[in-house]
Amino acid sequence: MKLRIDAGLCQGHGRCYDLAPSLFGDDEEGYGKVLGDGVVPPSAIDDARRSVLNCPEQAIRLIEDE
Amino acid sequence: MSVGNRLAGDRWEKRDRESRGVRSEIVTGPVADWATDFSHTEPQWAADPHAITDDLRQRCPIAHTDRFGGAWLPTRYEDISAVAYDTEHFSSRSIIMGNFRSPPEIAPIGGSPPITSDPPYHRDARKLLLPAFTRAAAAKLEPTTRSFCHSLIDAMDGRDLVDAAADYAQHIPVRVIAEMLGFPLDDGPQFREFAENKLEGINVPESRRVTAMSALYHYLLAQVHDHLDDPRDDLTTFLINAEMNGRKLSAAHVVGTMELLLIAGSDTTASAIGASLWHLASTPADRERLLAEPGLLPTAIEELLRAYAPVSMARLVKEDLRFRGVDMKAEDWVLLSYPAASRDPAQFDRADQVVIDRQINRHAAFGIGIHRCLGSHLGRMELRVALEVWLERIGEFSLADPSAVTWSRGQIRGPRTLPVRICPPRGG
Repeated sequence: MKLRIDAGLCQGHGRCYDLAPSLFGDDEEGYGKVLGDGVVPPSAIDDARRSVLNCPEQAIRLIEDE
Repeated sequence: MSVGNRLAGDRWEKRDRESRGVRSEIVTGPVADWATDFSHTEPQWAADPHAITDDLRQRCPIAHTDRFGGAWLPTRYEDISAVAYDTEHFSSRSIIMGNFRSPPEIAPIGGSPPITSDPPYHRDARKLLLPAFTRAAAAKLEPTTRSFCHSLIDAMDGRDLVDAAADYAQHIPVRVIAEMLGFPLDDGPQFREFAENKLEGINVPESRRVTAMSALYHYLLAQVHDHLDDPRDDLTTFLINAEMNGRKLSAAHVVGTMELLLIAGSDTTASAIGASLWHLASTPADRERLLAEPGLLPTAIEELLRAYAPVSMARLVKEDLRFRGVDMKAEDWVLLSYPAASRDPAQFDRADQVVIDRQINRHAAFGIGIHRCLGSHLGRMELRVALEVWLERIGEFSLADPSAVTWSRGQIRGPRTLPVRICPPRGG
């Protein structure tokens, strides 16, 4: 599973990096960014799902492995 | 042109702008039918806007009023977000719904960029401010905010009856924004007056409105001159020196943005803190749970923000428009009730209940789209610290007199008076 933020939708609410600091960080303007390559370790799947469901702009996608 | 000249020239432009603009007839008095005659300035709205918008969402999801020169009130999340995202048909030129619309020619900049700006100008005006309002920037203000909250509790001096709004919540945000802008820290009470005039002075006669706005403008101008004489590391000096697209900001932009930060940073967060304390004072189960489980506070804060979202914003319709079944006219207002959006049962399970440990909470308390509240990270920090210090120091408390609680009118909703009784520590 891999996380992706749609930069065209993100408005910098920061819910993702508040809720899942191991998966997301912010840039110098407060927009969210996926840390590393975005691959979600099995232990962090719940956090990843919670971030997706709490993003006010629906800007986060959790992509299932092919 | 020197900064001093920039400011001297613009002063007239600003005065002129206040005297231009479009005025509508002031209509007050009881609302006949909320679907066709709504008003966010009447006592019934102040007392319980949620009951009104919950009812409208069912029977007339986009309500109308002839007051304020014509206005619409969508109450469904999907309609509110559709307007918030549609900057092509809806302008932010004026965002406080009342009987005064700023002159059309000030778009796309507006009087207080970036909140009054439309694309494409909005993007750069906002970008300039974003670094000062990140979560990390807010965290730097946490220690002084915390010690200030403690000093407010200290000042209560062991009294068992206090006003959680007037003695506590209302003092915190003005102090923080004064620190950020580099204004005298003791001027807080004056900022609240400025904010009240701007946000609640909707139906006052024109001459009083202009006098109040002029007082705010002259206060800000005095602060600019103080910073020109004595530049320091704060947002005012930053704005004076800032450049956008290789050019210094106009004085109207500098003062307009200062006005935005001062007003938006005052009443909004105070309302969130006050409404949260009102909820905890009147809901023993939630209060006791948070006292027992302080780690739940960040989750609880999101729910309190959802259920008591303090801020609504307005837009102006750019051109006549058929929108989701209603015929909007150019220059009609649309009141974006983020509180109504955040209580829409189509969007939230148990939307009308406060579920203090709600895990999925895509609320719209800070708005959605390009105008997401610039100060949301700051506001969240202040709300968390204010509640942490209150719970740690006060412990058990309850509403002293529910009938004595009063709420603000207009677009920012929070308690103005909130008498609470502090319970003596248990045991001992």
